[in-house]
Amino acid sequence: MNQRHASTVLDESFLSVRAKILEIGAALDRVDRALEDGPPLDEDLRIRRDKIDDAIRLLLSERPDRAERIQLLFSRKYAPGWRTDMAIDS
Amino acid sequence: MDYIDPHIHMVSRITDDYETLARMGCVAVSEPAFWAGFDRGSVDGFRDYFRQLTEVEPRRAATYGIQLYCWLCINAKEAENVSLSRDVIAMIPEFLDHPNVLGIGEIGLNKNTRNESIIFLEHLELAIKYNQSILIHTPHLEDKFQGTQMTLDMLCDDSRINRSRVLVDHVEEHTIGAVLDRGFWAGMTLYPVSKCTPERAADMVEIYGAERLMANSAGDWGPSKPTAVPDLIFELRRRGHNESLIRKLVYDNPIEFFSQSDNFRFQPRNVDHTVDHTVEAPKALPS
Ligand SMILES: [Zn+2]
Repeated sequence: MNQRHASTVLDESFLSVRAKILEIGAALDRVDRALEDGPPLDEDLRIRRDKIDDAIRLLLSERPDRAERIQLLFSRKYAPGWRTDMAIDS
Repeated sequence: MDYIDPHIHMVSRITDDYETLARMGCVAVSEPAFWAGFDRGSVDGFRDYFRQLTEVEPRRAATYGIQLYCWLCINAKEAENVSLSRDVIAMIPEFLDHPNVLGIGEIGLNKNTRNESIIFLEHLELAIKYNQSILIHTPHLEDKFQGTQMTLDMLCDDSRINRSRVLVDHVEEHTIGAVLDRGFWAGMTLYPVSKCTPERAADMVEIYGAERLMANSAGDWGPSKPTAVPDLIFELRRRGHNESLIRKLVYDNPIEFFSQSDNFRFQPRNVDHTVDHTVEAPKALPS
């Protein structure tokens, strides 16, 4: 459906992508600076911090479904047998 | 471009927002029942709320030439209170014949609990019994994927559900495919903080097409932008998409979906409104 050239798409997105990457870099720096002089991250936040690294690795993958996979990374897992587990009749 | 916002909570918006929507081309909205910013304590609290949705809000909208339709239910946040939920569900039929009621909604899960699921299923029974269309809320953030899958399970396990009369809202990149693949309508909610931007919504339109897809602003108590649908129109135009595709997404599709409800009697804007064809136009301007 999208007839536009990749160069057009990248050119129009470049500055906003650059700005968002900078925000991520600065936020992670802020966390590290706080860690230098303070206590380590709580366990649940350690897990969330690791998720950020996992998400950054997904950005580096080659397939054009990064947004979907990042969404799934930050999602609770779905168990198909949930109705039995919750004792809800079908 | 005339457009319809199929999911916006005008009870939480100021009157100036109606004027802004009208200026942006909004000709109709549909307002699902939802959480009112606080947990209501009684079935009478909901009865008053349903009167607001069926009597007060349509009048407020009409002042700005906007047709307001609504959906009725007890939302997932308050569905943890099962006995109150059952009382509300039993009261809803009082309002189903009201001329602006399109069906049951926005029902669904919030934290994906057992009680939410039980009340969701009881709402489905209500919709089936009264032959109503259904508008579904899906959870946010980390709960969305699991909650959407559970919702689709409950819908698909029930062969009485007519999928073309079900709209599943707040879809994002990881849930839109499953909703559309199974024959339901899908709504993208454009939201400044927790949901989807106009750019990402435009991406989903490019990937999935506009068939059975709509866009809405939610416009609720949280930080939200009631003019988010025009933002999407603008983004799609900027990318060079056809007006017919955009119109299908923001106008034709809501009309097609809502037309399955007996109470939907939408009046399109009369484009010839200012021209009186019974009077022959002068042959030439007087000099
Ligand atoms: Zn809503």
